[in-house]
Amino acid sequence: MYKVKVYITLRESVLDPQGSVVKQALHSMEFKHVEDVRVGKYMELTLPSTVENVEATVEEMCHRLLANPVIEDYRYEIEESVAQ
Amino acid sequence: MKFAVIVFPGSNCDIDMYHAIKDEIGEEVEYVWHDADNLENYDAILLPGGFSYGDYLRSGAIARFSNVMKEVVKAAEQGKPVLGVCNGFQVLLETGLLPGAMRRNDSLKFICKTVPLTVENNETMFTNGYEKNDVIQIPIAHGEGNYFCDEETMITLKENHQIAFTYTDENPNGSVENIAGITNKAGNVLGMMPHPERAMDTLLGSEDGKKLFQSIVKHWREKHVVNA
Repeated sequence: MYKVKVYITLRESVLDPQGSVVKQALHSMEFKHVEDVRVGKYMELTLPSTVENVEATVEEMCHRLLANPVIEDYRYEIEESVAQ
Repeated sequence: MKFAVIVFPGSNCDIDMYHAIKDEIGEEVEYVWHDADNLENYDAILLPGGFSYGDYLRSGAIARFSNVMKEVVKAAEQGKPVLGVCNGFQVLLETGLLPGAMRRNDSLKFICKTVPLTVENNETMFTNGYEKNDVIQIPIAHGEGNYFCDEETMITLKENHQIAFTYTDENPNGSVENIAGITNKAGNVLGMMPHPERAMDTLLGSEDGKKLFQSIVKHWREKHVVNA
């Protein structure tokens, strides 16, 4: 089967208000050297190994539902694991 | 004229919307569940506010794939008025009937208060009862109303006069160009974060939302009723 890890973040050009607040909080602690924080989402999907074109399938899922390409970037890792 | 109020699991402004049409405007209105597969009998479609599907993933992202949305797209293509308020606006953005996307409010706070709006375009089927630059009092209630679009889209929004409403004084959520509501290019789909259906009676603070629904009815009568 395939284990897919999907990472979604706001696009660089889009201000991330959550990230800004987290950065301020880190600054108010002892982590004053933090330059930038971007808050995103992480998803794990499991697909059967019978799926053809797994990369194209994951790409389409990201594009159409998991991320909103108007404001979000996504990347993913696909791992094929063999059942023991 | 017959309105449909689309109800998703998690919609919570559907009753206000129904009340606005039935009791304040005096037109026919029915609730339509999200799995409906036919909207042929309705002259206008209303997508109410709320938290469809608990705002899971992104506001409106799941509702956008519900069965009824195929019919909403069809109705929009036929030129019927389609109004999305608050979560309804978010659903229209996710569906692609309107350009852009919503971000969380720049304050990260859920804001619930009445704000002044400027009518930027009074030549739409939703705003013909207002004067251009009218300032109207309409409540907002959202945590994700920070409208965003890229610069290219902004240019086309301006060129086609698609910006219907802007926030007049302070921008409560950080939206680009103070946008509160936009239409599609054809002008028959309007999405707005403020709630006109909550501004139907001076007893409850404002009746400035009435003209929006009256505009829809007036436009429809002129188009469909002989000797209107």
